[in-house]
Amino acid sequence: MKAAPAPAPGRVKVEIRGLAMTFGGDGRDVRVLEDIDLDVGDGELVCVLGPSGCGKSTLLNIVGGFLAPTAGAVRIDGEEVRGPDPRRIFVFQERGVFPWLTVEGNIGFGLSKLPPGQRAERIAHYVRLVGLTGFERAYPQELSGGMKQRVEVARALAVNPDVLYLDEPFGALDSITRLVMRAELLRIWEAEKKTILFVTHDIEESVQLADRVVVLSARPGRVQRIVTIDLPHPRDLSSRRYLELRDSIFEEIGLAHKI
Amino acid sequence: MTASPPPQRSQATGSRAVTHRAEVILLPALAGLFFLGAWQAAVSWSGTDVFPGPLAVFRGLRELAQKGLLVGYVRDSLFRVGAGYALALAVGIPLGAFLGWNAAAAVAANPVIQLLRPISPLAWIPVAIVLFGVGNAATIFLIFLASLFPVLVATMNGVRNISATHLAAGRNFGLSAIALFLRVIFPGALPNVLTGLRIALGVAWLVVVAAEMIAVNSGLGYLVIDARNAGKRYDLVVAAMLLIGVIGLLLNVLMLRVERLRALRWGFRTE
Repeated sequence: MKAAPAPAPGRVKVEIRGLAMTFGGDGRDVRVLEDIDLDVGDGELVCVLGPSGCGKSTLLNIVGGFLAPTAGAVRIDGEEVRGPDPRRIFVFQERGVFPWLTVEGNIGFGLSKLPPGQRAERIAHYVRLVGLTGFERAYPQELSGGMKQRVEVARALAVNPDVLYLDEPFGALDSITRLVMRAELLRIWEAEKKTILFVTHDIEESVQLADRVVVLSARPGRVQRIVTIDLPHPRDLSSRRYLELRDSIFEEIGLAHKI
Repeated sequence: MTASPPPQRSQATGSRAVTHRAEVILLPALAGLFFLGAWQAAVSWSGTDVFPGPLAVFRGLRELAQKGLLVGYVRDSLFRVGAGYALALAVGIPLGAFLGWNAAAAVAANPVIQLLRPISPLAWIPVAIVLFGVGNAATIFLIFLASLFPVLVATMNGVRNISATHLAAGRNFGLSAIALFLRVIFPGALPNVLTGLRIALGVAWLVVVAAEMIAVNSGLGYLVIDARNAGKRYDLVVAAMLLIGVIGLLLNVLMLRVERLRALRWGFRTE
């Protein structure tokens, strides 16, 4: 028996129906995703959580238009996704920053069609938003991992997309920077009201950030459970409800929360 | 005893940095003088009257300059290198970019490239003479061949190794194929291409000397072989050799400067 897709609050932005993905060819097909049904509401922050190798990154790449699914479809605002689109920006781990451009150059990368004055204004605004004032002329090599990640987020936001896809964006950062970046992301999300689809393998991260957490099973990835995180921001990480939700997800994945 | 180590340490590093700077100039200068002395001593003690000492070479250089040959020969050699090298860039960079981008074309062309690449450009001298006759065109062709492969292969690798993430990001921002090439592929491949350009110029300078010994009657390579053939003027032979070395060194320094300039501007600190 398959659970009906959990309804997204408000208007549906991203609609994933019957999605399946099989990799391979030479007789050894690997089924990576099966029967994924999911709705993401407009302005919602949804975390896709799963063990490594469960296909969550593949799912995000399909939704982003970088991969074509074997079966099923993704529709955004009712329109089927057929390729990458500047209205929906994919944020990679900090590897996506262009090393040959300065912070300004990176943030303005998607703005070449704007008149110079407007472009400069937009860049300045997002430099401020992600807290990189003073580093406008710096090259990525001169920045820390967290700062590079801010550049990527700013570059994505600068083209004013409706949707952001984040693929384990803070995975390469140290744990302190990661906490700071999560708070920053929530601040930016509240200021800019974007729909965010966030892939992570970090249970705590998903409970701290998401409106809903979509738990994927091990490969082939299916939607195992969808957990609504009914906690207002800012979230108290030692409140009973937070711990309950976190522990229920730990159990769902089959981990005792003890070491 | 360890009351104030920080000032002591900073003083120590300060003075070490100064000696270091002096060493960089002083030590090579001493080594150079020692080399010249050893050369002169070896020539005098062996009593050779064929091989010149440094003083004779210096006089030879002066003689060439007075005859007005020096500037002309250097200019001819540099012109040939410049022309052949420019042709190699004009062919090698677009072709390398195409082969780096198009995997099928690369698979098809690779055996031919790998077969031609290890053939010394000098082996092409007879072919060049048959095709172009004795003259500038033959030397320029040889330099073109010699510098083509380093440029071609470096560009190919540069384009092929562009990060998939950078390409995906470029596409995500809605770049057209041309914009993607100009704004992602070209800058991404540039560090590799620049290294190829430097290697190619070094090879071109090696080859021009050899080509000039056979295919033309001017230039530094011609000077080496002509000074030997016309009266065993070994002072002029060695003078020409030193000139070739100095110009080769300057070309390499120039290319390193260009590479570092780009490297600095585009933030590639390592490699």
